[in-house]
Amino acid sequence: MAITALPSGDGEELIIHIQGRFDFSAHQEFRDAYERVNVTPQRYVVDLQHATYLDSSALGMLLLLRDHAGGDQARISLVNCNPDVRKILSISNFEQLFKIA
Amino acid sequence: MPARLTILIAEDSPADRMLLSTIVSRQGHRVLTASNGLEAVGMFGQERPQLVLMDALMPVMDGFEAARRIKDLAGEALVPIIFLTSLSESEALARCLEVGDDFLGKPYNAVILQAKITAMDRLRRLQQTVLQQRDLIARHNEHLLNEQRVAKAVFDKVAHSGCLSAANIRFLQSPFALFNGDILLAAFNPSGDMHVLLGDFTGHGLPAAIGAMPLAEVFYGMTAKGFPMMEILREMNAKLKRILPVGVFCCATMLSLSFQRQLVEVWNGGLPDGHLLRTATGERVALVSRHLPLGVLEPEAFNASCEVQPLQPGDRIFLLSDGVLETRDSHDRQLGEERLLQVFSGGHAPEQLFDEIQRALADFRGEAQDDVSMIELCMVDEAALVRPPLLFSDSGQSSLLDWSADFEFRGEALKRFNPMPFLLQLLMEVRELRARGGALYAVMSELYSNALEHGVLGLDSALKSDAQGFAHYYRERDQRLQALQEGFVRFGLELMPQGAGGCLRIRVQDSGCGFATDSVCAASCVSDSLSGRGLRLVRQLADHFQLLADGSGAIVEFRWTAQA
Repeated sequence: MAITALPSGDGEELIIHIQGRFDFSAHQEFRDAYERVNVTPQRYVVDLQHATYLDSSALGMLLLLRDHAGGDQARISLVNCNPDVRKILSISNFEQLFKIA
Repeated sequence: MPARLTILIAEDSPADRMLLSTIVSRQGHRVLTASNGLEAVGMFGQERPQLVLMDALMPVMDGFEAARRIKDLAGEALVPIIFLTSLSESEALARCLEVGDDFLGKPYNAVILQAKITAMDRLRRLQQTVLQQRDLIARHNEHLLNEQRVAKAVFDKVAHSGCLSAANIRFLQSPFALFNGDILLAAFNPSGDMHVLLGDFTGHGLPAAIGAMPLAEVFYGMTAKGFPMMEILREMNAKLKRILPVGVFCCATMLSLSFQRQLVEVWNGGLPDGHLLRTATGERVALVSRHLPLGVLEPEAFNASCEVQPLQPGDRIFLLSDGVLETRDSHDRQLGEERLLQVFSGGHAPEQLFDEIQRALADFRGEAQDDVSMIELCMVDEAALVRPPLLFSDSGQSSLLDWSADFEFRGEALKRFNPMPFLLQLLMEVRELRARGGALYAVMSELYSNALEHGVLGLDSALKSDAQGFAHYYRERDQRLQALQEGFVRFGLELMPQGAGGCLRIRVQDSGCGFATDSVCAASCVSDSLSGRGLRLVRQLADHFQLLADGSGAIVEFRWTAQA
């Protein structure tokens, strides 16, 4: 499990890369990724290209990020979802809360 | 400077014994001595020294045998044994390490001896720490399991107040499913509809179990009072949203199974597809997740709209937690949806599917599964089910008999509020009506939905003649209800003493022509249509049924005679 956060040049966007299993063990690391940055981004991008698995705890963590980023005002995209990950997101109807690409 | 230890020296040569004693006590340790193996074992038993220096070759009992016995006596604690030996061939030295922990060659070197004692003491302490921590963890674990047992016992009291034991239900749930976050609830409402909920909270352990209790309370409390499924869902969502931290939620499927109307309402938020199997056609209908899980959205944003499916006796519904699909085999592959669908399409008799799914799980995993929840519900004829009598919290000794009240429910109220629980609770204050509470609720519900759907919303029940039209009908119902501006449903309730008994007269009217005589008669005569059941039921359950001449309403009566 490796999570890295990379602010865009203008600081408007924070890109969080998830690698490996995205489950409860990633809890602290994922929080750190968006809490321990010096920028206040307008948008968040969670890149799931290298995420092999996502469980309900991960969905909970995404909700925490959404809360952190302003709840209903949050602008969060989940990008590069593989079919398994996309399936899990769609069963939970998370496209109602996140932009999924 | 290492701590002061008690060290046993077992050495048959008095000179060597003296020499070692001097070195060791000079290093600050307390010294015990023995001149052969047997003595050493006895001394160990009495004094429990923390470390032993053991000559390998001694009379009576040699060092190897003595070391074995001392290790036995020491049990789990590490008592380091350093062999003293003039042996030099590797096999003998290896043997020293097999039974003991280290060796020291003769002649003795005081510096090396001290270093070895210090190193062995370090090892001894490490072992001691590990044992202490292991015991601490074991105590914590035992404590935790005990807490879980108590929590589960309390929860079972709440959860098992339902009807999971009903004849048309089969289910599979691990005894500690609560701590996997799984919850399974079932209960009859006053009119005999069955509400079922399969839920899966985020995560595991206590955090996952904590939301189960309020969820069950709302489910059972509101079901018993006759609230419709949509309102129960709204309340459960609002409650979980209010009490659970962000990121903890409950994926759930809720069903309302009506045996009278032979239909099921379905709401799925975040659980894998449920499966409806139609016996007559062999068709499988997926009950797909269309909503966010419970506890995610604010009450205003929550969508409780359900899908409605007609059912026939013998039709079966399967709900599964994602633990089923995520069951893993020895190669860490998931069972997955496809393997499950293969079971459904495998040509098994419908009544064997539940066992077949279980078998498929066991075959795939290679052992019994313990973290899956699954339920099968079968549509049966009403008469096949035994329902518990309604429960009342008061003793029912006082009763109100001579009164009447009129209610008119208009636009916004019709849209957002189901008046049935409210009216039923009022009527249940009349002790004499309690025995017929179920029938009363069923009759009033039928009259209300007839007035609302045909009268106020102008829906044509002919639509419901086949399964497709059925779904269309309920979609249309939702849309028209959302767009509703005006219209009303009136209930007039009149309680009259009659001789030693009494009579309840209910008059229902609506703003449209929901009770237009000819269509009612036509529908009632078609014995197996999906639409005619309602009013036929009313005729059967009430003591008197009469349509108003202008088709704007109906009157029903419930009568009783004095009770012995």
